[in-house]
Amino acid sequence: MVSQPKILKTSNSAGSGEAPDFSQNTVPGHGNPFTEIPIDRRKKRTEFLAKSLFFLMTLLIVFPLMTIIAYLLYKAFPVLSLEFLFTNPTNGMRAGGIWPAFLGTIYLVLISLLVSAPIGVLAAVYLNEYAHDNWLTRMVNLAVVNLAGVPSIVHALFGVGAFVLFANMGRSVLAASLTLAIMTLPVIIAATKEALGAVPMAFREACWNLGASRWQTIRRIVLPNSIGGILTGIILQVSRAAGETAPIMFTGAVFYKVISEGDFFAYGLFDQCMALSMHLFTISTQVPGVPEAIPYGTAVVLLGTVLLVNILAIVMRITLRSRKKW
Amino acid sequence: MINRHRLETLTEPIIEGVIRLCGISSIIFVFGIFFFVFQEGAGFLFSELDVVEFLTSPEWYPTSVSHKRYGVLALIAGTAGVTVLAMMIAVPFGLGSAIFVSEFCTPKIKEAFKIIIELLAAIPSVVWGFIGLTMMNELIIEVFDAPIGLTVLNGGIILALMSVPIIVSIGEDSLKAVPDDYREAAEALGATRWQIIYRVLLPAAKNGLLAAVLLGIARAIGETMAVLMATGHAVKIPTSPLDSVRTLTATIAAELGEAPVNSDHYQVLFLIGALLFTITFFVNLIADLIVKGIRQK
Amino acid sequence: MRENRKKIEISDLTVTFGQTAALKGISIDVFENEILSIIGPAQSGKTTLLKVINRTIEFVPGAKVAGTVTVDGENVMDVKSVYQLRRKIGMVFPLPVGLPLSIYDNVAFAPRLAGMRSRDELDALVESCLRQAALWDEVKDRLDSLGTMLSGGQQQRLTIARALSHQPEILCLDEFSIAIDPVTTMRIEDVLKELRSKITIILVTNLVQQARRLGDRTAFLFNGDLIEIDTNAVIFSDTPKNKMTYDYVIGNFG
Repeated sequence: MVSQPKILKTSNSAGSGEAPDFSQNTVPGHGNPFTEIPIDRRKKRTEFLAKSLFFLMTLLIVFPLMTIIAYLLYKAFPVLSLEFLFTNPTNGMRAGGIWPAFLGTIYLVLISLLVSAPIGVLAAVYLNEYAHDNWLTRMVNLAVVNLAGVPSIVHALFGVGAFVLFANMGRSVLAASLTLAIMTLPVIIAATKEALGAVPMAFREACWNLGASRWQTIRRIVLPNSIGGILTGIILQVSRAAGETAPIMFTGAVFYKVISEGDFFAYGLFDQCMALSMHLFTISTQVPGVPEAIPYGTAVVLLGTVLLVNILAIVMRITLRSRKKW
Repeated sequence: MINRHRLETLTEPIIEGVIRLCGISSIIFVFGIFFFVFQEGAGFLFSELDVVEFLTSPEWYPTSVSHKRYGVLALIAGTAGVTVLAMMIAVPFGLGSAIFVSEFCTPKIKEAFKIIIELLAAIPSVVWGFIGLTMMNELIIEVFDAPIGLTVLNGGIILALMSVPIIVSIGEDSLKAVPDDYREAAEALGATRWQIIYRVLLPAAKNGLLAAVLLGIARAIGETMAVLMATGHAVKIPTSPLDSVRTLTATIAAELGEAPVNSDHYQVLFLIGALLFTITFFVNLIADLIVKGIRQK
Repeated sequence: MRENRKKIEISDLTVTFGQTAALKGISIDVFENEILSIIGPAQSGKTTLLKVINRTIEFVPGAKVAGTVTVDGENVMDVKSVYQLRRKIGMVFPLPVGLPLSIYDNVAFAPRLAGMRSRDELDALVESCLRQAALWDEVKDRLDSLGTMLSGGQQQRLTIARALSHQPEILCLDEFSIAIDPVTTMRIEDVLKELRSKITIILVTNLVQQARRLGDRTAFLFNGDLIEIDTNAVIFSDTPKNKMTYDYVIGNFG
């Protein structure tokens, strides 16, 4: 127990040197500030309850992720092998591997990346370096947000209407890739915008004063110093494009197609293709009698690819943060 | 050296033009999406479709030989049911986690948790659908002794897990945006952490939290594959969480493959797409306006 | 007044940002091979004036410029290439900024943009500029290291080296000595005095004593108005034409 603080008496009895008596104070909560009273204890308990409740909620979010991954791995175990990845499905997809789907996803991802990366990066350059603060800019920003919020099946409908039918591409790798490209554009725009914004304004002003044009400044100083964030955006785009099903379902992906195993050039731009995401859907809902390891195996390959790509992006982000040049 | 200057003044506007074009491309794409989707279905809309029946009738029989009916009310109810259930789970958990991460966490744990949330957000919807079809299905049949596990409950839980990352990340952003002065002032008055959160932070961040919820809702409404695989195939208005339903999105995905091009059925599916676009457009618009409001403060 | 011809003529220059006017109808002539100091308290429009001369005011959103500025007799708005104009003018601002490139590349940035390719020429130019900026001795062994990792004072001298790298005919310095220690400041002031015989220098400064030391003439700006411009002998005497000038120089306000 802390001793009573000595306080000089200010009232009538001058200089008697006695400390006032606080022990008989009747106002709750205003006694000696250093001892605990019932209200404090109650406060502490609510505090602890609240903290635990929120912690529990957090745990309940983390927990499913772990269980899901574990369960999928467990069920997929019988088929997981390199052979699974590189051989064709057989027996009406009830046996064999997922090679056409694996290659198809690679094609779709690469082509959609080739289209969306340049447009996305330049669009972000426009927004961050050229755009003035007016209604047009607001509309562009709004459009980007809305583009990100369009349901995936609506992207599929758009792909059918615009690429498959109007542009006469038919159901093809090209049509599906373009649909994916437009769908994932906001990812690249957002990541690039953030990276560009992190470059200090002072650098740009220094360049302008040296006679560099806006574009020269962007090309020589701004972009090279944003490359990390841009790459992160690209990686995230890859992850999304690989996982989407609806946009490719009607624009170019098919249930079943056999191609030469191990041939990385087996698909043409106007061919239809299989894809990992589509394949998972197909064999778990459209084909009866598939031994359960196969769909679980496909799920593991798809999920594994996506998670690995995302972890790569996270690692990249962390290492870049520590390697700053200014 | 003179030639270089002329080159600069010539190429610069061209490059700027290309960049501007890319910049406004998003606007072009958004309009394009609505245009191409709407026009595939416009023919039917303006000729024979009874719009009132379309929006208010629960009878969806597009393939009936004798009596075709295109009422989407049951589908809307399916979407609504799954979304509402998902939000009932995702909002408290998501906000609770956002509060935990933002107010109670050490930086190291915060970093780890954010990584997990990011990974959760990265899981493709078809994988979620697969989980609903297999793990969740079995779980529900066992726990509730139900005849079938592909139900509103299944879709709702899956959607909740899919929407939580958005709610957590935007929720955490808005809590972070509340100035530290508020916290410090409340602490100086003797409030506990919980009191600070409940009486100061939540009211101050309510705009952002609302936006987070709205974006979660938009996500849930627009989700296709997961609900296609997890909610079953019954087109009817659900009366309990253990009923099977069909959502607007799943219907398009399930039936587009079989509808002959340019048939009435085909066009109606596109119209449903246009309807979905409009709904999510406005929800996103409202959420964005709210978020803009807080970021500018 | 001097016999030299006019390098810069500023007539009736008004710059507004929305409702506020940063410069109100200023007219100043800058003669070749002189050091013109510009003094005045903060928010007088000094920095804005410099930005108008090399047209970087165009990067400031919402700025409206009225009046004319001519360099070598040519209106700055009529030049064939604004980039060439900016290379004619070297600009040093108070905040030290090292570009995230090597020290060598920092100084070689502008010449490379202007087309200089030869390694020998660039080497010579980089060394000469760094010497003039009083930085050569400290960095000559680490020209490859990042410009952003130098100390504040070193980065400021690097900025000066960059400003000299495109061999400007006009050098504008805006409070260049804020981030630099007094000894280095003196060295740079000596360089400026030498350079004067070859180029024209405009020195914006808050340090009245610096203006007195270096300038041939001095202009006093206050709140967007040109209060007085005259030779140093007049401005820093007991009887400048305007009482406000005297008060500011003495230190009665500022």
